[in-house]
Formats: sequence, C-alpha cells, structure tokens
Amino acid sequence: MSVINAIELLQTNLGDKVLDVVTFRDQTSIELDKNVIVKACQLLRDQAEFNFLAAETAVDYWPEEPRFKIVYQLYSLPKKVFLGLHVMLSSDDLSIATIEEIYPNANWHEREIFDMFGIQFEGHSDLRRILMPHDWQGHPLRKDYPLGYEEVQFTFNFDEIERRKPYAKE
Amino acid sequence: MLHEQTEITVDELRHLISDRALEGETMLLNMGPQHPSTHGVLRLLLELDGERIISCIPDIGFLHTGIEKNMEAKTYEKALVMTDRMDYLNNLGNNLCYVLAIEKLVDLDVPERAMFIRVILTELQRIASHLVFLATHALDLGAMSVFLYCFREREIILDIFELCSGARMMTSYFRPGGLWRDVPPGFEAAVRDFIQYLPARIQQYEDLLTNNPIYIDRTKMIGPISGEDALRWGLSGPALRAAGIAWDLRKSNPYSGYERFDFDIPTGANGDVYDRYIVRIEEMRESLRIIEQALDNLPEGPIRSDNRKFVPPPRAELSHSMEAVIHHFKLWTEGFSAPKAAVYVPVESPRGELGCYLEGDGGPKPYRVHFRTPSFAALQTLPLLSKDFLVADLVAIISSMDPVLGDADR
Repeated sequence: MSVINAIELLQTNLGDKVLDVVTFRDQTSIELDKNVIVKACQLLRDQAEFNFLAAETAVDYWPEEPRFKIVYQLYSLPKKVFLGLHVMLSSDDLSIATIEEIYPNANWHEREIFDMFGIQFEGHSDLRRILMPHDWQGHPLRKDYPLGYEEVQFTFNFDEIERRKPYAKE
Repeated sequence: MLHEQTEITVDELRHLISDRALEGETMLLNMGPQHPSTHGVLRLLLELDGERIISCIPDIGFLHTGIEKNMEAKTYEKALVMTDRMDYLNNLGNNLCYVLAIEKLVDLDVPERAMFIRVILTELQRIASHLVFLATHALDLGAMSVFLYCFREREIILDIFELCSGARMMTSYFRPGGLWRDVPPGFEAAVRDFIQYLPARIQQYEDLLTNNPIYIDRTKMIGPISGEDALRWGLSGPALRAAGIAWDLRKSNPYSGYERFDFDIPTGANGDVYDRYIVRIEEMRESLRIIEQALDNLPEGPIRSDNRKFVPPPRAELSHSMEAVIHHFKLWTEGFSAPKAAVYVPVESPRGELGCYLEGDGGPKPYRVHFRTPSFAALQTLPLLSKDFLVADLVAIISSMDPVLGDADR
C-alpha cells in the first residue's frame, strides 16, 4: 500500500520526530513533532506525490494536556489515497509553523483555526479572523467556550440580567 | 459576547492592497454582502484601477451559524438535521457525507437498496444544484430566460424530494444505517419521467448559451486557472475538472456503491468560466446516466440496517418485543455511542470535495465535527482568478465558481 511508503519516507528522514502511526478503519494518521510539520509536508508533496491538501482543522481536548490537536488531511491524486497527519499542541505554547508555503490553500484553513481555536501560525501571511467578526472576543470552538444559552431570569437576579441583555431598551 | 464594537482599520488590510490605493490613484470599492450577484452574503473589497481589478479581498462569515459547535452538543443522529442547512443546494449530499462518516466511525452496514436510493437522490440533487448554478450564472450575464427554465426543471426534482422525505429542501432523509423510510410507490415513475424529460431541456439551455456569441465573449478565457494552480489552491469538483484534471471522488475513491455505475468524467482545457459551464452541463448528462442505471438495477429489500445498537426498531415491533422497547428507549433517550477515534470521509458534492472529519470520544455525542467544504476553497481562489479582469467579469467568475455561502461559512 502506498501509505506505507509515505510512512517509511517520513521515518527515514525525520527519525524519532515521527511519534506515532494510528490506523483506524483503513485510514492512517501520522503523529508528528510540531517542529517538523513543514518538512514533513514538503517531503510528502515532493517525494510521495501528496499534491493536495484536502483539509486542515483542530480539536480541543480541554481540560486535558496537551490540549490541542491540529489535523491535516493530505490527498495524492496519482495514488488515490488519503493520509492524515496530526500534531499535538500544549496550551503553554499555542503556535505552530504555517504550511502555506507548501500548500497555499492552507491560508484560509489556518485563518479558520486561528479564529475558532486561537492558535497562532508562525509566518502566516494574513492571520486575521475569517468567520467571526474582526473584533470578536474569544474562540468559539474551544471546549471552554459556552454554547450561548440565555440566562434564566429569577426574581432575585431579574434586573441584573435585564441590564446585560443585548436588545434595545425603551 | 457583549463588548465595544470597533471599526476595521486600513492598517489591518494594508498588506493586501497596493501602495497606489493610499495615494488615491486606485479606488477601494465595497461589493456585497447584499449584492445580487455575489450569490448570498459574500462581501468583496475591491481595489480598482478604473474598471480593472487590482486586488480582491473576499470577506466571508456573514452566514456563519456555528454548525460545528452546535453539532457537538447533540447526539449523532440529532446533529444530522444541521447538515441540511449547511450547503442549502446540496442537502442530501451533506446528509450523505455525514451519515457515511458515522457509518465509518461505528462500522455500520447499509443495505443495498438504501445505497442505490442514496445514489439516485444525490445525483438528482447534483442536477438540481447545477440547474441553480446555470440559472444564476446566466442571469448574472443577462440571460433571464435560462433562469426561468432552470428553476422550472428544478421544481420537478424538489417535488421528488418532497415525495420521499416530506420536505423539498431540508430533507434529513438519509439516516445512519440507511434511509428514514422507503421511497413511496410513485417514486420510480416520477424519476423515470424526469430522466426522459431532462435531456431535451439540457439541449435547450445549450442552444441558448453554448454557441451564443455574446455568452462566449463574456466567458471564454475569463478567470482561467491552470490545473496545477487549481490543485495547489485546493480546488476540486467542476472547477478542477474544467482545468483539465479528471479527478472525481466517485471514481477515484468510490463510496455508496458508485464503483458499480458506468459514467465518464467530463473535463475542460482552459479552466475558464466557459469550461466550467461546459463541464457542469456534461455532468448533468452523466448524472442522468447514473440515475438510469441505478433505477434499472434497484434491488428489493430492507432500507435500513437491522443492527439494533444503532438503528431503532420499527414501530410494529414495540408492541410485542421487550427487547425492541429497550432498544427504542435507549436510542431515543441516550443515542448510540461511537469509539474514541477519528475518521475523514470525503464525498463528491456538486461543488467539489465535501469532507467530514468526525471524531468520537466514546460517548453519544460527536466530540468534534468539521466539514471541509468546496465553496470555502473556491472563494479562496477569487483574488487569483479575478486579478486584472473587469468588474463585469468578476460577476461571471463568482457565479462560475458556484459558491454557496452557507457551505463556506457553515
């Protein structure tokens, strides 16, 4: 299988920076050290024909540490196979290098991850919020971000909540 | 969250506009989000030298509804209805992507009949989506009659969806393990009537546009992209195939039984607006071929898996089987659990690769759902495609990428 070649390619070039290989229902995902992600993508694109970045996203494991997982889904058109890469990030260093140089379409995917999870991409050309308004506070897809239910008003706190409510007052 | 609102400053966008804009030599112009030809709520900040586009800065997110966040708070099956509302021209395709991801995550089987009906309906959905593309694309270029004809034909498809699911657009018809219910008796006749009727109509659209000199002037070599660039920028679907790369997930990584059907992948050469139009017209014809084959070979049998750990039992069983009552109760109060693992399932939506990244944590709710949507990728290429073209061409380029903002913003 052609994914095995890709795993071997990474293992010979990156050595112990390849931390784990997870296979679940015929899908392979390689866990990498966060410092080698750009090199790994470059190797996979130039030497293993993974010429398409299908998706890039993140997962929050709050309150566990390491807290975040960045997921990359690469695709090889010649080999017709998907390959996942993932990198764990702990909450004391929320930054990772951008892969925009290798796959230009990572630009918007990384902006979305920055917007939704607050992860910084070093060297990114245009790291702004993309889906939320530019002056939004907080990062909605974090697990400690509330879903946004309305507070229930009781007699003892009615006025206090009323004052904070966003609708127009008379 | 409540806070002081601030205006966005020019400094924040400084790196995206040229020096000439600051000196007033070029003009910054806002287009959208309520502009009729931006196909929804897409906002573009244009830097113009006369009519010529120097740079184009897309601004999306006006239709962001937090679908991914909301799905995390619902059980796997309840979260399905949110996928309908994502790409609102490809409701069944979104359903399919999400249920395939669940089925892969929990290793659930799907009966043959359900797979065939899924193929028939998603191909009808593809035709409906391409008809809306053609309608709005032609309307943007001034051809009003094509708009009316396409919506007339789309109505027939929506009637078929209503026949099956009770809803014209927000269908939620595909469920984990199969379908909500079997198709009604009139289904096959309705679909056969439609596939008899459509080829002549497609010919009619072609008569109106394909050799029309005005249409050709407005579309040939407008917004071209090379196959290599299209791949680098993550384009897929008709926009990539128009650039000459014959990649279709239905062929390369078949799902839901697509490997059994005989169809071709239409491609273009220049990757311009005209080629994207031609590719979509041809795709409608290919979809008709797939539907016909699926109808001819439609097997009889169950339409939903009988794995009772994931699929609730039929109502009739509840009156005499204690086990059925327990399963019913468990599935509708708690829902089924998925293992602590992640899958990525891509399908070929009318706009390109629609991928669902689904991660479970052992509980009954998805821990993380992410949709990789084709419109998101398509909008990202607008600055590249529109550079040095005229504002009037930009309208043609946007419509040729066929973005659905609900799909891009989620």
